[in-house]
Amino acid sequence: MPSYALIVNGAQYSVDSWDPEQPLLHVLRNQLGLTGTKFGCGAGQCGSCTVLMDGATARSCVTTVAAAAGRRITTIEGLGTPEAPHPVQAAFIAEQAAQCGYCTCGTVMSAVALLARTPQPDRAQIAQALDGNLCRCGSHDRVLRAVARAAREGRKST
Amino acid sequence: MKVSTLARRDFLKGGALLVGFSFSGALPALALAADAAQRPPQRVLDLDEVDAFIAVRADGTVIIYSGKVDLGTGHRIAMRQMVAEELSCPVARIDMIEGDTALTPNQGPTAGSSGVMRGGVQLRQAAATACLALIERAAERYAHPAADLKLEDAYVVSSDGKLRVGMGELVGGRPFGVKMNPKAPLKQAAHYAVVGKDLPRPDLPDKITGRHVFVHDLMLDGMLHGRALRPPAVGASLLSMDLASIAHLRGARVVRIKNFLGVVAADEWTAVRAAAELKTTWSDAGTLVGHDGVRAWARGGPFLRDETLKSRGDTSAVGATALRATYYWPVQSHASMGPSCAVADVRAGQATIWTASQATHRYWPAYAAMLGLPVENVRLIYLDGSGCYGMNGHDDAAADAALLSKAVARPVRVQWTREDELGWDPKGPPQLIDLRAALGEDRNIAAWEAEMWVPIATANLAHVPLLAPGEAGIAQPAGQSVGLIAQNADPPYRCANLKVTAHWLAQAPLRPSNIRAPGKVANNFAVESFVDELAAAAGADPLEFRLRQLADPRGIEVLQRCARRMGWQARPARAPAPARGARARGTGIAYLHYKHNETYVAIAMQVEVDTQNGRIRVERVACAHDCGLMINPDAVRNQVEGNILQTLSRTLIEETRFDRRRVTSVDWQTYPILRYSEVPELLIDLIDRPDQPPLGAGEAACAAVPAALANAVADAAGIRLREVPFTPERVLAALRAA
Repeated sequence: MPSYALIVNGAQYSVDSWDPEQPLLHVLRNQLGLTGTKFGCGAGQCGSCTVLMDGATARSCVTTVAAAAGRRITTIEGLGTPEAPHPVQAAFIAEQAAQCGYCTCGTVMSAVALLARTPQPDRAQIAQALDGNLCRCGSHDRVLRAVARAAREGRKST
Repeated sequence: MKVSTLARRDFLKGGALLVGFSFSGALPALALAADAAQRPPQRVLDLDEVDAFIAVRADGTVIIYSGKVDLGTGHRIAMRQMVAEELSCPVARIDMIEGDTALTPNQGPTAGSSGVMRGGVQLRQAAATACLALIERAAERYAHPAADLKLEDAYVVSSDGKLRVGMGELVGGRPFGVKMNPKAPLKQAAHYAVVGKDLPRPDLPDKITGRHVFVHDLMLDGMLHGRALRPPAVGASLLSMDLASIAHLRGARVVRIKNFLGVVAADEWTAVRAAAELKTTWSDAGTLVGHDGVRAWARGGPFLRDETLKSRGDTSAVGATALRATYYWPVQSHASMGPSCAVADVRAGQATIWTASQATHRYWPAYAAMLGLPVENVRLIYLDGSGCYGMNGHDDAAADAALLSKAVARPVRVQWTREDELGWDPKGPPQLIDLRAALGEDRNIAAWEAEMWVPIATANLAHVPLLAPGEAGIAQPAGQSVGLIAQNADPPYRCANLKVTAHWLAQAPLRPSNIRAPGKVANNFAVESFVDELAAAAGADPLEFRLRQLADPRGIEVLQRCARRMGWQARPARAPAPARGARARGTGIAYLHYKHNETYVAIAMQVEVDTQNGRIRVERVACAHDCGLMINPDAVRNQVEGNILQTLSRTLIEETRFDRRRVTSVDWQTYPILRYSEVPELLIDLIDRPDQPPLGAGEAACAAVPAALANAVADAAGIRLREVPFTPERVLAALRAA
């Protein structure tokens, strides 16, 4: 069975996949046990499966394992922990910015990517950056506030 | 999460393996009874026993057993707060077990905004009874007057502080053995230390860092991944399949039980490809009316019966009125972000099903019957799913998993696809509502008639019929469920002459279930839009028109506070006249007293209508909300925000589209929902009433949204939108017709 070299959250893995077309999402969840990345649509339409690939957002449900090989992948688990959350995660916690939480991890990943390229976005820029992340519970306003908070805290700390 | 070695944790003496959500990160987030052969100890589950709801461990920590579950709504903190308050015990010392048929009492489904209002109130009474029992026990043991004892920080203490004994020492690991005392005194609101505080939800740090275990993330040793293959047309039969078409997919197995067809494989991607590549031939079926045919179908029947729901006075005055209008609400999907998922382990005459069901106890006998097992051999365990807002596909996915697991004698996880969820979740039913009214000489509502054409809820139906047993030819109760769909079709204003009639349709265009605020969203859309039409006929300001006919002071207060929050400018309700100019701005307001006896809501909205392309932009939404005592105001706010945004989405965008054969809106392009860039400014005013019972916050606010939006559009553009969704095409058509 062909194997692929993945760099996930800073660690090197060699994963087997009988099909080079297997989505990265399934590899992350089933082979690496990184279940924070969620299946939402399988078509790159909802953003639940968002990860970072070389720092930019990627939809892991439509990214093949072959295409991910050798790229630097960050999943939600690579950001922070409940005890030591990443600043964006800390801001989400502070704003209680979730309801069911199913879309949350993908949204956090998009927010991290946004703040890396635009550290001080306005509300419209945040909304635009998150437009590929759907939320059904209606937590949008909290999420927008959380990302604005993360930007604010980021400014304070630099 | 791979559960290969059990995170075993003894919750009580005797060592039960439990699924529980622990407050503190130091405790395991999930202790799994993965070994279904290991039966949990017999627990007392009678609703009149304190032990059904609350247990105290030897270390003084507390376990809540809740039949109601947290669907992302904040129950996990609110229930703890209610119990912590009565037990004078820190919330961090409370763990909570939810929706486990072996462990939690049957408090009914988590639906109808009943979580805190009924479930929480039961828990609170159990805690108050437990508090009495603890004091009595200490009084007996130490021969100390009970009147001098109280609970403080999880200790029973005397007024001089000399007697101080922990709850764990008094009852730890042992049952209370006392009946629920409905008269056990509750803490007075003035002494609340925990209730009413914005305590953070215990599940969010894990959810936000990707550690939370959703049912989607549960992986058992030896588990297979399964997919159910639904027919290309509703009601079609499987004629043949070509196993050779998936012969290249190693390890894929096909399970067929009559028309129930599934695939399983150890590797998920293999299962995905097998489901996609298995060649099948189905009979043709074309039994559906199509989404464009629903209105005509609703008027034509067949009907089961007509029913007069409310009648008082004499409504003959409406006979000659020109004040009449028809409103339509389409079929909609719950449209959960995560397609439904479940894990089942059906082996050796035992079944354990991990499900995101809102109603584990309700579906318990259904799965037992489907599997041909006695109920005591079947256990349903709730695990979080993606938000559902009514019965989505979770219960069907659990049935799929159970049938597949039984067939292959291995644990099976079934993950629905996006197409499954939008195509096959039971749908919010359509509603067609005719309203007629007459104004009196005082220009107030003198008579009101409502007639609705709506699918009936089958009386005493045990549960929504499930897909898998239906396809597999396994008997299950026949009928349909739509929730309490007929409420709030009469105005909440003074009206001496009133008649509300339902024409109950025998069926629904697609298999229905309850969807958030069942029926009330559509009914209040009709009622409160029509009230604006009446205000226009009366030449009155919409706010003033409502206030002058409203008697309930709590209703008056939400309207006034909402108007203040919006900066309401008094103006006559606008009569139809097309807007001039490319962009038209307006405001609207709507009121709701949920079910006429629960939460009070007023919502006002400011919108801009682009008269060139027909797009509606919602700029600001104000809401005043009174759900009585608020256990956790921020959790209430979260629900209110969600109600508003989700219902804006439903009103502006959403309609399940289907042809004669099947649902055709099966992805986020064909069934779009609200996006971040469409989110308005939210101005929310929560009214706390600590002296009143807590009411629900999970549904009410959504039912005031559609009319506020329609009224704002009418004010802006002079068009009256009476059919949902308010698509640009409908706006442009209304502008042309105006």
